[in-house]
Amino acid sequence: MKRFLATALVLLPLAAHAVTPGEMLPDPAMEARARAITSELRCLVCQNQSVDDSDASLAKDLRVLVRDKLKEGLSDAQVKDYVHSRYGDFVLLRPPLKMGTILLWAAPLLALLAGGLGVWSAARRRIAPASPGALTAEEREKLRALGVEEARD
Amino acid sequence: MIVETGHYALVLALALALAQFAIPFVGARINDVALMRVARPTAIAQFLFVAAAYGALTYAHVVSDFSLVNVIENSHSLKPFVYKISGVWGNHEGSMLLWVLVLSLCGALIAIFSATMPDKLRADALSVQGLLGAAFLLFILLTSNPFARVDQPPWEGRDLNPILQDPGLAIHPPMLYLGYVGFSIVFSFAAAALIGGRIDAAWARYARPWTLFAWTALTLGIAMGSYWAYYTLGWGGFWFWDPVENASLMPWIAGTALLHSAAVMEKREALKVWTIFLSILAFSLSLLGTFLVRSGVLTSVHAFASDPDRGVFILGILVFFIGGALALFAIRAGSLPVGGLFSPISREGALVVNNLLLSATCATVVIGTLYPLALEALTGEKISVGPPFFNTVLIPIALPLALLMPIGQMLAWKRGDLGAALQRLRAAFAVGVLAAAVLGAWQGTPFLSIVTAGIAVYLVVGALSDLALRAKGAAGFSFRRLLGLPLSAWGTSIAHAGMGLTLLGLAATGWGVESILSMKPGEYYDVGPYKLAIEEISPRNGPNYSEVYASMAVRSGGETVARIEPAKRFYQARKMQRSEAGIVTLGLGQVYAAIGESHADGSIDARLYWKPLVTLIWIGALFMAFGGGLSLADRRLRIGVARRAPAALPEAAE
Repeated sequence: MKRFLATALVLLPLAAHAVTPGEMLPDPAMEARARAITSELRCLVCQNQSVDDSDASLAKDLRVLVRDKLKEGLSDAQVKDYVHSRYGDFVLLRPPLKMGTILLWAAPLLALLAGGLGVWSAARRRIAPASPGALTAEEREKLRALGVEEARD
Repeated sequence: MIVETGHYALVLALALALAQFAIPFVGARINDVALMRVARPTAIAQFLFVAAAYGALTYAHVVSDFSLVNVIENSHSLKPFVYKISGVWGNHEGSMLLWVLVLSLCGALIAIFSATMPDKLRADALSVQGLLGAAFLLFILLTSNPFARVDQPPWEGRDLNPILQDPGLAIHPPMLYLGYVGFSIVFSFAAAALIGGRIDAAWARYARPWTLFAWTALTLGIAMGSYWAYYTLGWGGFWFWDPVENASLMPWIAGTALLHSAAVMEKREALKVWTIFLSILAFSLSLLGTFLVRSGVLTSVHAFASDPDRGVFILGILVFFIGGALALFAIRAGSLPVGGLFSPISREGALVVNNLLLSATCATVVIGTLYPLALEALTGEKISVGPPFFNTVLIPIALPLALLMPIGQMLAWKRGDLGAALQRLRAAFAVGVLAAAVLGAWQGTPFLSIVTAGIAVYLVVGALSDLALRAKGAAGFSFRRLLGLPLSAWGTSIAHAGMGLTLLGLAATGWGVESILSMKPGEYYDVGPYKLAIEEISPRNGPNYSEVYASMAVRSGGETVARIEPAKRFYQARKMQRSEAGIVTLGLGQVYAAIGESHADGSIDARLYWKPLVTLIWIGALFMAFGGGLSLADRRLRIGVARRAPAALPEAAE
């Protein structure tokens, strides 16, 4: 019965040490690029961790791979594409924009639009009776019949 | 025997829950006051019986009764006493029992504090609460019995997961559940109002204190959990947009929206239909979160499909209650009267925009959390939706919301003057821009941190200047007037300022300093404005673990200002390692250190951090909760207490 690894809480995998000093590149600028890339890659064998945070051996392999590719002179985008082509969409913590994820990326905008439309239509329904227009000729006639001579609009 | 008594108490609680559902409901339909009044005693009795069951399980954990599967799998005779108690909810069965305990507590609280409520509304609300209780008690008894025994008790248990053996765990889940499940009260009230067909400002007056109560508890629960992650993880991450975290964030956002719309409903009788909808939504999201966490669906869609008893059961509960409430809503919402009118530029208008932005945020979190599950179930495609997605799409919604908060506070009800409101916020704008400029000149990057910090400072000043302006009478600022302001005004300003503080703490994460290195004992290494050196590395034994710790000196300007002891712990029972960070708070920032592998030359791998203003993230949350508490203490909201005395008279005459 080990299905329920998680408690009701934030499940925290053991991430004592992710990046170790031995893995790091001597060039701080290149190392910073490597960190930025690996923090957006998912550790494929972990519950929900980035490659940068995980101490799983697969994550370590990926960290080394990314750094090797950077040393070879690849650009950030080329390195990401390389990892993406090898491990698929699942490795990207920022899902790629494509047919299957259009709804996901559009979700906040759609929610705002739908909500805005709802607010607008509700407001229209509500404001309409709140600001009565000018009296029609017929209404003036009725008022006059009731003895109100000067109906102010 | 105690264990069997507990099990039996749980069965009796189920019977009571069913009675609590059926009798008052029938009473309310046939207008029989005697039947309706069965609700209160049964709700209290149900709570007492669940509490008895919970007590029995706690007892079994405390005395290490290894004839119980639950105790074997989650306890150890050497485990410290506190974790024997908190270990009760550190597993599936126990945490579900805690869930039901809080649910029945909510029922009992309604029963106790509803003296002034109309009989019918109370009967229907407690009836719904009873049905909820029955569903979850049945779930526990049929699929997750914590009282299951084994034939051959082992000598020793398998211990609790070391990560869960922490003081943070002792407070986090009960607090979280109090909030999460606390929204069931508002849910029941909404369902009762829909069943009875009467929804007015009085309803909002009954429902709002409970919303505040649940929201305050949830705020503290989430903050606690995030701080726990921060110091347990070993590198100071505090929020990961993990589905399990999102499960608690979704009801929090919906609850925040509800808090504000209920205020409009109470003061101006407007937004009634929407408030009822949010009341249903907040608890529905709690149920959704429970399903996500408890069904195993997060580990893998396939794991869920291959072993579905629990998941399908909770899914059934979820569909029944959410579907039922929404169906009721759909049937009744049309016939609800339209409430008070207001101009778009008004406090109400601002709160509508607040609700719009919060709803979009909530929808985004829900969709981001469920999307990968749905996509995999439908197409088999696997994607990850991680922090980069949530940060990218939510920051553009959150920052405008923060900008709006003080403006909304400054607008009058019904018809406001935007120009005047902005004018009154001149000082706040100026201070915010100044803060951003100073930080920009001092730190430079990242740009987002500077903008966020500027908005955060504006928010704090703007929220508090509302109080200052209100205290300013014709004869200038009056201290007495300030103290005389209603507690709910104080609550609003303090909670909003708290949000600003949290935002400032979040912005400051951009200026943190990280250093990953091999430290040689005795040598000093720079971390931000401080220097750290290892003075000693040695082993030591705890009650159920052994550890290697490094004693580090933290120096500032040649003087040792603090000592920290990051450690690596090894738990024998589970053969698991856990890193224990060394943390010291200096000003509002923290120096944070964690150690790793040691090398032959005596050096040790370490991660050192300087995290400026980081404590503000949680201090801000404390302010938010404090603001919630203040509003809750406002006389106007304590109607149950304030009006009980006169209400008792006609009852005595009966």
